[in-house]
Amino acid sequence: MIDEDFVKSVLSGRDFLSLIHQNDCLTLNCEPESIGEFCLFLRDEQTFDLLVDLTAIDHGTDADIRFSVVVHLYSLIHKSYLRIHINCTDNESPVAPSLSSVFPAANWHEREVFDMFGIQFTDHPNMKRILMWDDYPYFPLRKEFPLAGIDVPLPAADVSEVTGAKVEPAPMMGGPFVSSVTGRMSEAEPRAKDESWTEDIEKPL
Amino acid sequence: MSTTIKEVQIGDVGAQAATHMDGERMALNVGPSHPTTHGVLRLMMELDGDLITRCEPVVGYLHRGDEKIAENMTYNQFVPYTDRLDYLAPLANNVAYAITVERLAGVELPERCEAIRVLICEMARISSHLLGMGVFGMDAGAWTPFMYTFTEREKLYTLFEELTGARFTTSFTRIGGVARDIPDGWLPKVEKFVDELPKAVDEVEKLLTRNRIFLDRTEDIGTISKEDAIAYGITGPNLRASGVDLDLRKDKPYSGYEKYDFDVPIGTKGDCYDRYLVRIEEVRQSILIIKQVIASMPGGLWYAEDARKIFAPPKDKIMSSMEELIQNFMIVTEGPQVPPGEVYFEAENPKGALGFYLVSKGGGVPYRLKIRAPSFCNLSILEKLVPGHMLSDITVILGSLDFVMGECDR
Repeated sequence: MIDEDFVKSVLSGRDFLSLIHQNDCLTLNCEPESIGEFCLFLRDEQTFDLLVDLTAIDHGTDADIRFSVVVHLYSLIHKSYLRIHINCTDNESPVAPSLSSVFPAANWHEREVFDMFGIQFTDHPNMKRILMWDDYPYFPLRKEFPLAGIDVPLPAADVSEVTGAKVEPAPMMGGPFVSSVTGRMSEAEPRAKDESWTEDIEKPL
Repeated sequence: MSTTIKEVQIGDVGAQAATHMDGERMALNVGPSHPTTHGVLRLMMELDGDLITRCEPVVGYLHRGDEKIAENMTYNQFVPYTDRLDYLAPLANNVAYAITVERLAGVELPERCEAIRVLICEMARISSHLLGMGVFGMDAGAWTPFMYTFTEREKLYTLFEELTGARFTTSFTRIGGVARDIPDGWLPKVEKFVDELPKAVDEVEKLLTRNRIFLDRTEDIGTISKEDAIAYGITGPNLRASGVDLDLRKDKPYSGYEKYDFDVPIGTKGDCYDRYLVRIEEVRQSILIIKQVIASMPGGLWYAEDARKIFAPPKDKIMSSMEELIQNFMIVTEGPQVPPGEVYFEAENPKGALGFYLVSKGGGVPYRLKIRAPSFCNLSILEKLVPGHMLSDITVILGSLDFVMGECDR
């Protein structure tokens, strides 16, 4: 059972851990250096052997810690989830330790996080893009990346060279219509998220 | 005088042949558009004759950036996008997504709403498994079962259309309820359908389950051990076929699943045949659940009436009352108001555990929505599973895993 005693026993003697909350499941923050060892402990001694999800959050361009990796583990014995946040120290070129040696399931998830956020996982056996093509230059789930996308060359470089064709942003003028929650009432009308460009005004890069 | 017989070691001969073949390995590309891959999956393989020595799955050909889109629209606006994840069971995706947001918003649903959701989830499961079974038979060379299962799916789609207005892209749930109540006379039709369905399932079983050719093609092929299944994060029928008793409807009941009595079928070997058997049995269990839901369908509202900042009020009230008009306007423009926080919810979908990890900073738009797609995780084992099999086993292994690329690539 995941109760107070369990939480105490996991936290005691482990300075690298801190309790964040227990709202929907036990949520811990773990220092990146100790995550491998801690996951081995969770897998082998606490039966959290199913890595269900591994993802990342971009806390925004001006956040102190910009990227954190979030791991969800499930225990078939406790019938319970456990969430671990791992803060990436470097905001410019974020790095996190790979869990793929502990959980093979992490392999593809980490490739996806690298693909979408540009977080490098150290000791990952195959650190390359998974959903986008290999030469794709951007990290689409970073907050500064526009919803409509950015011009990039075609994946087939030879075709792109001859034809000059490229992958173009979606013609959606900044995306679906939403109203801003804060600000002046006159600006609260539902509107396109990004109005700095239209069919006539070229999109700023 | 005794003659000495020189011992011939078969192993050595095999090894010699293998070294001889080494220079003749062939690279073979399957997909991304190929009938066996059920969508746009690409496999890059290295062959030694007919034997696969290496396999690298390449995914992402159907990537649409659903997670980025989710960050830019209100919670209800994203419901149609969930239809297009596992597009063989859109209703189950709708429900999984709605429950995730409701968990974070702390919405309590009335019993009728939960019962409707269980009902449509199980219908979606039957629809998805019928396709899975039929197509799996086709992958193994048996065309006829596919016709039987698709006849039944057609009936299901008619029922979906009557309930939601669409056969395929249902978008039936709203945060805090469902789009509309069950139409009059719909439940008896569902009951009639589930009464007749076992006969069709029996016929499919007659054609496949003891079919010698089918058995030869599927038994001991693509065997996933218990340990591997857990290590690679496989979920759903594929995990249960490997003998792991994990069904989130039983272990982490949601939407009132604890009220219904059903069994969870478990495989013994984890081969392609077991995965087929588990799906057949799950269809029968879903029929049982549907019958129980219909027999005990509670009355009352089909949406959370108290959740005034979440669920838009009924149309007649919007047209006649100022308060409700404002409420509707706020929900449509700003979205259902969800408090800051994070939540992870997984639903037992036909393909496996469909998870949503939602981070909110308040307001009507998610800050981050991660979709944990079961097909994505289930496919990650291919790299380990496929080598050592014959090329012709590829179709059967892929068919038995029953994945959907719309969900895998998001």
